[in-house]
Amino acid sequence: MNLNVNGRRREVESPPLTTLLDVLREELGIHSPKIGCEQGGCGACTVLVDGQPTRSCLLPVAAVDGAEITTVEGIGTPDRLAPVQAAFHKEYGSQCGFCTPGFLLATHALLERSPHPSREDIEEALAGHVCRCTGYVKILAAVQSAMNGSAS
Amino acid sequence: MTAVTDVVLPVSPDEAVSVFGDGSGVTVIAGGTIVMPDITAGRLRPAKTMLLARAGLATVAHEGSTLGAMAPLEELVDLAAPVGPCAANIADREIRLQATVGGNLCAGQGGDAPRGDLQGALLAVGAQVRSAGADGTTTEPLEDFLARRHGRLVLDVTYEVPAAGAFVALDRPHTHEYTALAVSAARLADGTIRLAATGAGSAGVRLHSAEAVAADPDAAGTAALQDVQLHDDVLASAWYRERALPVLVRRALARLEESR
Repeated sequence: MNLNVNGRRREVESPPLTTLLDVLREELGIHSPKIGCEQGGCGACTVLVDGQPTRSCLLPVAAVDGAEITTVEGIGTPDRLAPVQAAFHKEYGSQCGFCTPGFLLATHALLERSPHPSREDIEEALAGHVCRCTGYVKILAAVQSAMNGSAS
Repeated sequence: MTAVTDVVLPVSPDEAVSVFGDGSGVTVIAGGTIVMPDITAGRLRPAKTMLLARAGLATVAHEGSTLGAMAPLEELVDLAAPVGPCAANIADREIRLQATVGGNLCAGQGGDAPRGDLQGALLAVGAQVRSAGADGTTTEPLEDFLARRHGRLVLDVTYEVPAAGAFVALDRPHTHEYTALAVSAARLADGTIRLAATGAGSAGVRLHSAEAVAADPDAAGTAALQDVQLHDDVLASAWYRERALPVLVRRALARLEESR
């Protein structure tokens, strides 16, 4: 099997029912998607599969053979943060950071499909993501900031 | 690490039916939202697995009146009530992009809560299920399918879009809770009113007694209690459901009336 991860073609040898999450972390050494609840309930493992935010803990890797996978490493670098990354940094939208990759990718995908979402659209897009630190206020401020382009 | 098993990825509906056979010994993964956590946690160790990801069963056609088994729930959210609002009430957008119509119809009682929210909405609109299994490919009302769904591979679901529809549910405390109790209602083109509930048993259930007195919403609410076997779970007690069901039936019928 093959995956195109952050623009780089990677061969995968894990058994076909291995979750995409485990393939990314254990075989490919990409640790930004986090192992949280492992049942789709927390959003910590969300990555983009062909541009759509997807719970990688729920996907057998064989089901996405050949797909484009994007993790937070694929949207920006420490030197050149993506707009959503810069906005979360500026607005203190991250504390312990465990949930942050999932929030960043869900927000990135939201703004790709809808550059000026309503507050309701933002809440709907992020509803499946759990953060135990921030209380969500700063995260929502970060999304607004990314939307307005005021952080980059 | 997942144990190596026999994994098959059919690339057409016919191939999926052939691989499924009579269903014995085959674990089917559609969207994966229910099966994958069981595999990850070691509760399920399938000997043979069929992934439907490439089987081509994802069609949503005729303004939503034909739903392929692999259609993601997110594609249903803009359909007319009760199906659209019911789909929109399931989990969050990311899960709805993965979870499928077929998986929802096959979802049985979960470990701690009822699953398969869409069953109630599709019962209300009189959906027909086309499925494959030991006796070949058959089409039957959803009610009949739910009674014998073990060993069946859902192919698609069809229904006539109703003249009016309504979906009412108890609010969820969080987007990932299953719905404790919901009622779907539909007025068909010939004026017939159909009612169904989810969260009132291990599968969606048609509220026949309530339908018989649907012209009187108060009576219908009370009558609905004859159609269900209420239970305690982590989401709600049977005591609470017994009090909430008549309310939801009345609200659903009131919404149908408003749409006249």
